[in-house]
Amino acid sequence: MADFLAIWLPSWLALTLAALVHVTLILTLALTAAAAFTWAERKVAGRIQDRLGPTRVGGRFGWLQAVADGLKLVSKEDIIPRNADPLLFRTAPYVSFCASFCVYLALPFANGWVAQPLDIAVFFVLAVAGLEVLGVILGGYASGSKWSLFGAMREAAQVVSYEVPLALCAVIPVMVAGTMDLVAIGNMQAGWAWNWLIFHNPFLFITFFIYFTCAVASVNRAPFDLPEAESELVAGFLTEYSGFRWSVFFMAEYASMFAVSMLAAILFLGGWNGPLPITVWLGLAPNPATGYEPHALLAYFGNFLGMVNILIKATLGVLLMMWARWTLPRLRIDQVMTMCLKYCIPLAAVMFVGTMIYLYAFPVGLIFRSGGG
Amino acid sequence: MINPVAEPVSLMHYLVVGAILFVCGVVCMTAKRNAIGVLMGIELVLNGANLNFVAFGSPYLQSGGAPSLGLDGHLMALFVIVLAAAEAAMALAIALSFYNAHATVDVDQANELKR
Amino acid sequence: MGIVFHTVLFYLLAILACGFAVAVVLSNNIVRMAFYLVACLGAVAGLFFLAGADFVGALQLMIYVGGTLVLLIFGVMLTARGPLANIQTSRAQWAMVGLIGASLLAVLLYAATTAGKWTHSGQIVADRSHVSKPTATPIGLALLGVRADRLNAERTDAALGKGMAGYLLPFEIVSVHLVVVLIGAAYLARARRRATTPPMAATSGDSNNLDPGD
Repeated sequence: MADFLAIWLPSWLALTLAALVHVTLILTLALTAAAAFTWAERKVAGRIQDRLGPTRVGGRFGWLQAVADGLKLVSKEDIIPRNADPLLFRTAPYVSFCASFCVYLALPFANGWVAQPLDIAVFFVLAVAGLEVLGVILGGYASGSKWSLFGAMREAAQVVSYEVPLALCAVIPVMVAGTMDLVAIGNMQAGWAWNWLIFHNPFLFITFFIYFTCAVASVNRAPFDLPEAESELVAGFLTEYSGFRWSVFFMAEYASMFAVSMLAAILFLGGWNGPLPITVWLGLAPNPATGYEPHALLAYFGNFLGMVNILIKATLGVLLMMWARWTLPRLRIDQVMTMCLKYCIPLAAVMFVGTMIYLYAFPVGLIFRSGGG
Repeated sequence: MINPVAEPVSLMHYLVVGAILFVCGVVCMTAKRNAIGVLMGIELVLNGANLNFVAFGSPYLQSGGAPSLGLDGHLMALFVIVLAAAEAAMALAIALSFYNAHATVDVDQANELKR
Repeated sequence: MGIVFHTVLFYLLAILACGFAVAVVLSNNIVRMAFYLVACLGAVAGLFFLAGADFVGALQLMIYVGGTLVLLIFGVMLTARGPLANIQTSRAQWAMVGLIGASLLAVLLYAATTAGKWTHSGQIVADRSHVSKPTATPIGLALLGVRADRLNAERTDAALGKGMAGYLLPFEIVSVHLVVVLIGAAYLARARRRATTPPMAATSGDSNNLDPGD
C-alpha cells in the first residue's frame, strides 16, 4: 500500500498514511470483536445456564447489550484508591491493551493481508502476546490492595510458566512448515482439509489441544482465571479498577483471546483456507496444479472469502473458550502450576520429539502435500 | 543549520544512545541501595552494550565500504540476552535469599563479614 | 528537503529509550523503576528492529521484557514492602555518582562522535525501510556451526573455512549454563523453614500464601 501511495505522495507521507490505514483497520477489528464477544459471552453464559441471556436491549437477541455495557462503563466514575500509585495505576490498562493489540500487526488475515509482513511472525506474535502480563502485574501492584497484589503475583507466576509450553507447541507446526512466516504457513495448507497442519501427523493433532489449553491459560480465561478468581480474591487485579480503565483491561483480554485463536487457526487449522478448495474451483485463488493465476480483482475477492474463513475459525476458538469458562470450575493455583509443569511441558516436549521423528521417517508426509491444491 | 530528520542515521547515533544507556546503568548500579535496583542497573548496562553490538552488526549504518560486524554482532547480542536472563534469575535468587535471612534488600546492610 | 522516515523513528525510539533510562536512575520507587525499565528495553527492542536485527529485537521482547523483567517485578513484589520500596541515597553519594557518570559519559561520547568512520553514513537508507533482510535463518544456522551468511563472500577457497567458525560450542555452553542456573536458582531461593526467621521468610517460596504486608 505504501508503494501504491508513493506514486503521488512523498515517501514519508505515503508510509505514514499506509501505517495509519493499517492501524485503523486493525483497531476497528479488535474493538468490534471485543464488543461482539461481550454480547456473545452473555448469550453463551445464558444458554449454558439454561437462561435466555440478554433479550431486551435492541431488538430480538439483545444485540445492543454491548453498547449498553459500554455506555455504562464509560459513564462510571473513575476511582483511584488512596493507596494506589497513581501513575502506574493509570498506565497499566494501556500497557495491556497495547501489547494485545500489537499482536495483530503480524497476524495475516488472508494471503498477503497483513499489516507488517515479518519473516519471524510466529516469534514476534508470541513475544508481544507475552507482554500483556506486564500491564496486569503493574496494575495489580499499583492498586495498593492486597487482593490486587495476590492477583498480580498469580498472574506473573502463571503466565510466565505457561509461555514455555505455549511456545513449544507453536514451534512444532513451525518445524513442520520450515518457516516462521505466518503467510507462508497459511498458504502451505491450501486445498483440502487434510492439508491442514493439524492433520499432518498424530503428534500435531495432540499438539493442537495442548496449545489451546496453554493459550486459554496464558490469556487468563476460566478455568485458569486465577488472577481474577472472584470467589477468592474479590476480583483479583481488577478489584480497584472501575469504569473506562476496567473496560480497557477487558478489551485487552478479548483482543488477546481472539489473537491466540487466530494464531491457532493459522498454525493448525489451515488459516484462511477452507476445508474445501472452493476458492480454487471458483478461480479466485492461484492453482499450483494448472499454474493458474487469478486476476487481481478476483484474487482480492478470494482473499476476502479467506478473511471471512479465518475470522469464523478464530471466533469458533473464542466460543470454545467461553464454553469452557461456563462449564468447568476454576482450578486452584497449585493445580494450575501442576498442570503446566508436570503435564503440558513434558507432553509438548514429547510431541516435539515425536514430530521430529515422524518428519525423519516420512519426509514428504503420509497424506500431507505441502503444495496444496 | 542542517535538518536532523533529513539525514540518514549513522553508526554514531546508535553509539550515543548505547553510551547513554550504559552510563545510566552504571549510575544506577552505584547509586541504588536496593539490591533489585542494582540488578536493574546491570540490565541497562547490558542493553547499552547490546545496542552497540547490533549497531556494529547492522548492514544499514556503516559508512561507505567499512566492513560491518555482520551476523556476529547479532549473535553476540543474542548470547548477551540469554546470559542476562540467567544472571537475573541468579541475582534475584540471591536477593530473595538475602531478604529471607535479613528482612531487607538494602545492599548496605550486607556487611556481616566486615563486623 | 525530504524527511527520512527511518531517522524520525530512530529519534523517537532513541529519545524514549534514553528518557526512560534516565527515569530509572532518578526514580526512588522501585516499582516505578521497573516500569521505566520495561519501557526503556521496549524502545531498545524497537531500535534493534530499526537496525535490521529483527530476530534479536523479537528475542529482546520475548526474553528480556516478557521474561526477565517479569521475573524482576516478581522479585520486587516479594521484597518491596513499606519502607523498603523507597530506599534513599544520600546527597553526597549522588554527587560522587554524578561526577563519575558525567566523566564516563564524556569519555564515551567523545569516542563515539570523533571516529570518522562511524559518523558518516555513505548510503541512503530511506528506500530500504520496508525491505529488510530476514536474519532468523542465518542466525539459526550459525548456532549450528554453519555460517550461511559468509558463503556470499567472493572467496571460495580454503581461507573461507576460517571465517566459517560457527557458534555451536558457545551455544552448547550456554545451554548447560542455563541448566546450572536453573538448578542453582531453585536451590538458592528455596523456602527455608526456620523458627528464627522474620515472618515473611517461611513462605516466600510459593506465591500462594504470601502475606502482602501493609
